[in-house]
Amino acid sequence: MLAYVIRRVFQSAIVLLIVGLVAFAMFRFVGDPVDNMLGQERTQADIERLRDRLGLDLPFPVQYWRFLQEAAQGNFGLSYRQGRPVSDILIERAPATLELAAVSGVLALFVGIGLGVFTAIRRRGTAANLIMTVSLIGVSLPTFLIGILLIYLFSVELGWLPSFGRGEVVDLGGWTTGFLTISGLKALILPSITLGLYQMTLIMRLVRTEMLEVLRQDYIRFARARGLRERSVNFRHALKNTLVPVITITGLQLGSIIAFAIITETVFQWPGVGLLFINAIQFVDIPVMAAYLMLISVMFVGINLIVDLLYFAIDPRLRVDRTGGGGK
Amino acid sequence: MAKTVLSVRDLVVEIPTRWGVLRPVDRVSYDIAAGEILGVVGESGAGKSMTGNAVIGLLDRPAQIAGGEIWLGDTRIDSLRGEPMRKLRGRRIGMIFQDPLTSLNPLLTIGDQLTETILEHLPVTTAEARARAIAGLEEVGIPAARDRIDSYPHEFSGGMRQRVVIALALCAEPELIIADEPTTALDVSVQAQIISLLKRLCRERGVAVMLVTHDMGVIAEAADRVAVMYAGRLAELGPVREVLTRAAHPYTAGLMASTPLASQGRERLRQIPGSMPRLGQLPEGCAFHPRCEIAQDRCRLGPSPHIEDGSGRASCWYPLHNMEKEDA
Repeated sequence: MLAYVIRRVFQSAIVLLIVGLVAFAMFRFVGDPVDNMLGQERTQADIERLRDRLGLDLPFPVQYWRFLQEAAQGNFGLSYRQGRPVSDILIERAPATLELAAVSGVLALFVGIGLGVFTAIRRRGTAANLIMTVSLIGVSLPTFLIGILLIYLFSVELGWLPSFGRGEVVDLGGWTTGFLTISGLKALILPSITLGLYQMTLIMRLVRTEMLEVLRQDYIRFARARGLRERSVNFRHALKNTLVPVITITGLQLGSIIAFAIITETVFQWPGVGLLFINAIQFVDIPVMAAYLMLISVMFVGINLIVDLLYFAIDPRLRVDRTGGGGK
Repeated sequence: MAKTVLSVRDLVVEIPTRWGVLRPVDRVSYDIAAGEILGVVGESGAGKSMTGNAVIGLLDRPAQIAGGEIWLGDTRIDSLRGEPMRKLRGRRIGMIFQDPLTSLNPLLTIGDQLTETILEHLPVTTAEARARAIAGLEEVGIPAARDRIDSYPHEFSGGMRQRVVIALALCAEPELIIADEPTTALDVSVQAQIISLLKRLCRERGVAVMLVTHDMGVIAEAADRVAVMYAGRLAELGPVREVLTRAAHPYTAGLMASTPLASQGRERLRQIPGSMPRLGQLPEGCAFHPRCEIAQDRCRLGPSPHIEDGSGRASCWYPLHNMEKEDA
C-alpha cells in the first residue's frame, strides 16, 4: 500500500509540473504585462527596469525554474493590477470560496446520497418519481439561471435572503468566516444551493442507479434470506457497496465545485477567488490567473489522491498486500 | 418416522403478466422430515427454485403465492408477510445460494456477516455471537477458524466460501435448509466435499434439507427422496433408489436415460425429443404429453391422475410400473 501511495503522489507531482508549465507559458505568450503596468507615459528605461525587476529578461528555462521555486513557496509574484503579492490576495479571498464550496459540497453529498437511497428503495413510489422528475431540472438548467431564479424568488419577490455578497463576516486570525453571524449564514444559503444543485442531482441519480444495481446482487438476497432487517440490508449491506463507485465521481465533483464557483460567485458577487479570477481575466492580470490555475489544479489533484486512498478504506479487496488470514 | 418439518400442500405460484397469468408452480405437494434430504430436480424453468423461494418468502415480484398451504412445523407460513416472515428467515429457514462468489458481501468480513445474523436472531451478547461464529466455521470445516474469521470473502477459495455460506445459513440453528443449486458453481472435487458436508450436518443436527438441483448425480449422492418437477408440476416423488432405478413417470425415465454414467459404455446418450414448453404455452392435459412416447388420447384431454404406491407417487395415466390409481 505504501508503494501505491508513493506512486500516486509521484503521478500527482507530474500533473502539477505540467499545469505549472501551462501557467508559466501564459506569462510568455499572453500579451506583454509591462505595457499594461506602465501606461502611456513610459520611457524605454522604465520598461527595462520593470522587465529586470519582474525577471522577464532571463532565458525561458531559468524563468520557469524560478517560477516553480517561487510557486512551491506560495509566491506568485505581484498582481499586475493591484501591485500586491498574489498570495496575499488569494489568502484574503480563499475563505469565502472555501466556505461556499464546503457548504455546497456537504449539501450535495448528504442530500444527494439521501435522496438517491430513498428513490432507489422506493423506486415505484410517487414521491420517488416526483423527485426524479424534479432532479432533471437540476441536471439540465445552467447554474447562472438557477442563481438568477433563486435571487428573483427569494430576494426580489419574498425579500427573505440577500442577493449578493457574504453579509457580515468575522475575522478569525486572517480567516474571515460567515458562519458566525446571522447575515453571513443567510448570505450563504442561495449561493451554496446554486453551486451545489447540479452536483446534488448528479450524486443522487448516480447513487440511485448504483443502489438499484447493488440491490439485485446475490449477497443482498442472501442477507434477506438470513432474516436481516430491511434497514440493515439497505444501509449496512447495500449502501456501502453503492458508495465504492460513487466516491470517484463525487470526488471529482467536489473539485469542480471549487472550480465552477466562478459562475456562482459572479452571479452573487461573492468575494471569493472565482470572482477574483474573472476580474483578473478582464485586466490580463497574469500572475493572479496563473496562481488561480495552480491553486485549482492542486485541489483537483489533492482530492483525487484522497479519493484513491478512500477506496482502500472502503474496499478490502484493494488492500493487496494483505495475505489471506490474519486479524486486523 | 421422524417429525415432519416442512409440509407443502397444493402450492400454486402465479405471475400475472399482460398476456395472462403464468403458473411457474402448479399444485405441488411434498413433505420433508427432520434429518431428511429431499432432492428437487428438473430442467431450468421447471419451477424448482421458485418453489424454494416461495417457502422462504422471497419470491420476486410480481410472482406470488396464489394457492395452497406451507406449514413449517405447526406454523402456517404461506400467509406470513413482512416482520413475522423476516424473523422466520435465517432463524427457522436457512438458505444456501448457487454462487458462493457472489452471495457474500465483499465489503464485510465473514465474522461481521456471521455475528450480525446470530445477533439478529438469538439472544446472545456480541462476544457469545463471535464464539458461536467461530464454532460454526469450525463445524463446516474452515481450518484455523479463529484466525480466519476476520478475513474478507475474497480471501477464500470458492469451496471455502460455500462452506462459509453454509455456516451462515446454519448459524441461527434453523430447522429447514433450502439449498438452491449449492454445488453448480463449484469444481467437481469440491462438489463432493460440499455434498458430504451437507449430508453430515443434516444427520448430526437433524435439519430438514430441500436440495434444489438439476444434477442427477448430486441427487443420487445426497438425497433420501426426490421430487421430479416438470413445467411447474410434480411429475414424480419417491425414495431416491426407487425413482432412479424404477421410474414410474415417463419423464423421469427419459431424464435418467439422458444422464451419462461413467460405468456405462460409450453409447449415444438418449435424448427426450423436443423441449419443455414455455409457461405461457402449456398444452392441455399432461404437460409432458407432446414429448411422451407412450402418450394416449386421454393424456391430451385432462389432468393426469395422482397415483401412489407405498412410498412414492407419480402423476401419470400410464406409469411405467404398476401403482394404485387415485382419483384425478
